[in-house]
Amino acid sequence: MSKKTFNRSGIVKNGILVMGIFLILLTQVLATGVGQHHPKAGNQDKWEGDVVKEEFKAGEMIVEHVVDNHEWHILSYGDFHLTIPLPVILYYDGGLHFFMSSKFHHGHSEYNGFGIAGEGKHKGKIVRVLRERFLDDQVIVHDENQALPLDFSITKTVLAIFMSLIFMSWLFIHIARMYRKRKGEAPKGIQSLLEPLIIFIRDDIAKPSIGEKRYMRYMPYLLTLFFFIFFNNLFGLIPFFPGGANVTGNIAVTMVMAVFTFLITTFSANKYYWIHIVNTPGVPWWLKIPVPLMPVVELIGIFTKPFVLMIRLFANITAGHIIVLGFISLIFIFGEINVGLGYGVSVISVAFSVFMDFLELLVAFIQAYVFTLLSALYFGMATEESH
Amino acid sequence: MELVSPGIGLIFWMTLSFGIVIWLLGKYAWNPIMKSLHEREESIDKALHEADLARKQMEDLKASNEELLKEAKEERDEILKQAREIKEKLIEDARIKASEEAGRIVESAKEAIENEKMAAMTELKNEVAGLSIEIAEKLLERELSDKKRQKEYVEQLIKKAKLN
Repeated sequence: MSKKTFNRSGIVKNGILVMGIFLILLTQVLATGVGQHHPKAGNQDKWEGDVVKEEFKAGEMIVEHVVDNHEWHILSYGDFHLTIPLPVILYYDGGLHFFMSSKFHHGHSEYNGFGIAGEGKHKGKIVRVLRERFLDDQVIVHDENQALPLDFSITKTVLAIFMSLIFMSWLFIHIARMYRKRKGEAPKGIQSLLEPLIIFIRDDIAKPSIGEKRYMRYMPYLLTLFFFIFFNNLFGLIPFFPGGANVTGNIAVTMVMAVFTFLITTFSANKYYWIHIVNTPGVPWWLKIPVPLMPVVELIGIFTKPFVLMIRLFANITAGHIIVLGFISLIFIFGEINVGLGYGVSVISVAFSVFMDFLELLVAFIQAYVFTLLSALYFGMATEESH
Repeated sequence: MELVSPGIGLIFWMTLSFGIVIWLLGKYAWNPIMKSLHEREESIDKALHEADLARKQMEDLKASNEELLKEAKEERDEILKQAREIKEKLIEDARIKASEEAGRIVESAKEAIENEKMAAMTELKNEVAGLSIEIAEKLLERELSDKKRQKEYVEQLIKKAKLN
């Protein structure tokens, strides 16, 4: 049963990814097309400032919304930008540098020689500013003669992680207290809302994947993992603060979770797991000796499993966000051609965005489920007794 | 591309905070919740099991009651049957006894009658003998003078006596 669900979610996810890439291309083509035919179309646009501005770049806008940021942008109106500045923590040249991201003035200025690269291969990252270039045309690029600072800033994603983790801690400790208070009674309120999910993870994920005897040891990790992914997927769908951060669509976040799964799998593996890798049963001997083909394949498999976990979640969530942003971008792209056209397209765009948001609600659950299920399956494989 | 290159800061903070939260929730949320759930499920299981047991006991009780009732009925039937048999036997016995008694009474009556008859006969014979002797005496007294008539008379008497 679990395999079937997994496959179906795989189809959904691939579809979303393909659609996302298609939309990016479409918006970019449209955007460049618009730019060529009406180079000054943005002049009368009421969304743009009163000064001459470059045309709306959908691709840039989408990527900006999907990636991490050193400030939490809430809204812009003309030249007015409402953002929450976040602390920047840099380790550079043996010392820690600590200041607020507002010092960068949304990436337009440098501070103490640090700045957010506007272009180049380190675009969007905090770099050592190449002074000549900055003085020339106010563009920040990395000075290749200097080392890159290690960026430990509390970025938008980090803050969102903290907030969601604090929220989860509060929520579940509160629920645990409810369980203690109402011992032996039927669940009530938020407790009864989340209890089915907890029982679902225990009875439909952990028990069948790991087995009755050993599942308890992995429950804290699986439950934390599931609810972290699930809540952040949902928060990511909220378009403004405190939601809107693309936590589970950030490859660093999914990587850390995949590494946790990998480490737990590897450290709880028993001898049968390693025997299975070194001397895979049921495989002809000539695949093992003299060329250890199967052991090599199995060894690679140890690493591909968490790698796929990382990519799957990241790609799904990012793709979903890209599609929604793509639909919204279409409004502004058509709006640049003609304001009325923009309004006209907005109806279709909003309708598609609403549809996508509903789909994303489904994906939010499915991806949390799949990540947790596969982690549980790997733990089950690692701890399985000889059969 | 920034989208697919994980940043060191994010990895650091995520690992730290996620690790802490796994530990924190494990200790203060998941384990108590799992324990409570387990306890509640066990108590529900136990309650259901006990209810099942009680139902089974009730059924057993009912079955044993029925068994008891059946036994009682059988016993009653048995007793009744025995009583009837005894009654019949008693009547039969009484009848046999009565008929025997009656037979015996008849027999003894017959015997008594026979005896009485014998006694009467004897008495009659004795009477007859006495009478004969008296007659003889009278005859002797009267008729002793006339031999021929005597003889005739004797013969006559004898003839009469033979008739008896």
